[in-house]
Amino acid sequence: MMMETDAITIQNLAFQWRKDAAPVLNLPVLQIKRGERVFIMGSSGSGKSTLLSLIGGVLLPQKGTVTVLGQQLNGLSNAQRDSFRAEHIGFIFQMFNLIPYLSVVENVLLPCRFSRRRKQNIENRGHSLQDEAERLLNHLDLPRELLHRSVTELSVGQQQRVAAARALIGSPELVIADEPTSALDADRRASFLKLLLNECAEQNTTLVFVSHDSALEPQFDRSVQLADINNSVN
Amino acid sequence: MHILMLAFKSIVNRKFTIALTVFSIALSIMLLLGVERIRNDARESFASTISGTDLIIGARSGPVQLLLYSVFRIGNPTNNVSWKSYEEIKDHRLVAWTIPFSLGDSHQGFRVLGTNLDYFNHYQYGDQQPLEFSQGKPFSTVYHAVVGADVAKELGYSLEQEIVLAHGTGKVSFVQHADKPFRIVGILRKTGTPVDRTVHVSLEGIEAIHVGWKDGALDLKQPKTVDKTSLLDLQPKTITAVLVGLKSRLAVFRVQRYINEYPKEPLLAALPGVALQELWDTMAIAQQALLAISILVVLVGISGMATAILTSLNERRREMAVLRSVGARPWHIFVLFMGEAGAVMTIASVTGVAALYLAQLIARPIIQTQLGLFLPIHPPSSHELFLLAAAIGTGLLVGLIPAYRAYRYSLADGMTIRL
Repeated sequence: MMMETDAITIQNLAFQWRKDAAPVLNLPVLQIKRGERVFIMGSSGSGKSTLLSLIGGVLLPQKGTVTVLGQQLNGLSNAQRDSFRAEHIGFIFQMFNLIPYLSVVENVLLPCRFSRRRKQNIENRGHSLQDEAERLLNHLDLPRELLHRSVTELSVGQQQRVAAARALIGSPELVIADEPTSALDADRRASFLKLLLNECAEQNTTLVFVSHDSALEPQFDRSVQLADINNSVN
Repeated sequence: MHILMLAFKSIVNRKFTIALTVFSIALSIMLLLGVERIRNDARESFASTISGTDLIIGARSGPVQLLLYSVFRIGNPTNNVSWKSYEEIKDHRLVAWTIPFSLGDSHQGFRVLGTNLDYFNHYQYGDQQPLEFSQGKPFSTVYHAVVGADVAKELGYSLEQEIVLAHGTGKVSFVQHADKPFRIVGILRKTGTPVDRTVHVSLEGIEAIHVGWKDGALDLKQPKTVDKTSLLDLQPKTITAVLVGLKSRLAVFRVQRYINEYPKEPLLAALPGVALQELWDTMAIAQQALLAISILVVLVGISGMATAILTSLNERRREMAVLRSVGARPWHIFVLFMGEAGAVMTIASVTGVAALYLAQLIARPIIQTQLGLFLPIHPPSSHELFLLAAAIGTGLLVGLIPAYRAYRYSLADGMTIRL
């Protein structure tokens, strides 16, 4: 059932925070193909963030398997999962994505400090790290004059675009976005989503986009209702 | 190391709050090293006050008291040594040289020491250094005086100047021996010892001051002019103390026993090194208290640092989550916070040491004139470096607390951003 063309394969997964607590997630199956842009919809408290932590390898399920890009995460040590995450996955969170004491470009280049592969990907294409960060930020419509400002001077919308650039830098195969638009107003939400989808399409990146906002759904290849696939909904 | 670079940037970003922590630790380190430096240098300066002398002999009291009044010229003797005993000691077959001391008078607050030419030949201080003249020569008649470097400097004295010596040791004396002025014939080179603050005259000179004086008042029956006193027999009847150099150091305990059991007069012979040690030990508790306080001040500074880092921990939880999401491991977070403690301690140590040298540069002349202690400016001793390393080590050890906490947080939170 698991195929090389899958970005994410989850089988018979069960996760609970404490032994005596009810499972938060109970997923018989979830499959996301490489290059797919999937919208996962779920209300708050439905286990969305937990699912993303499981895919990111920060958490391990009590039962079942999580396979990302052909690598089964259950079999890896903590350190191996940390470096797997650094090499292959970019994350965008709801807000406060940026390190306040780093400049815009330094924030974007942060994954390259932890992943040799993503650094290598940029250099293989003959770009310098600085140029690649500026190119991505330019694609994401961030004015050049903001590049060396402190990130605390940016608006929320600008901060989210910097976070998107950071998730995409060094071409990771998978980008996971956890409610990245919920702090934005409607106009900014639409433009942010458009930029993110364009960039993912251009790099052929798998995108897993989690939100409670069903209005965004039509723009994705596929949509999954977490409540439909999760058997442990209370 | 990338993560240390992050720690550095994080510190630069919060430089004003961190500067306060660094400042308090730097001050505490300056205090610690300063106290230690004064302790050691004062001890050295103290121990070098007298050298080359095998025994100090005076009336029977305690070795510390004898040392204080004879060498340091602090306080007064309880009793004197008779001239006859002095001559017997001087002629003892194991004795190489002697220096008689006669104390009890003052000049403008400086002590007057009556002695003989042996003083200039045999007295040694520091590393067996003899006394040297910066100007002039030793006294050769009754009314000649040789002054120490500080006396000449502070009172503005030069050669050939006439001075008046007073009876008693107060700065303001009502009984000045104005009828018998002394002439300065020599000025000694600076030694950094009480010699600098002494006016030296001959033993006969001391007697001459007191000729014609009886019970603290002018005795009209006695001759009192300068010329006449020069002619009188000025052989002193008593002296205050004797410094003794032996032909062989091996004989020191034999001679000491001989003096201590001297039948005709109760005398005491003290070994200068032992007495110096004993005197220093009496001050040990105060010094140790000072050292203990300065160590506590360093600990207070370090716990201030730990508090500051711990306080920042909560507001930095989302920073930790972001770092985890880009692939940082929990131990990276640990290193991030340890790096902060390490940087604070390092900057504080460098600042503290720099401040110490600056303070020393400013305070040195004041300490030298006020306390007579010569504190040299030298590179940090191995002992000081050890203290510094211990302070940094303690800082890092205490830094483990917030770093470990951050590590636990980042393990528990993962990528979840908690506010």
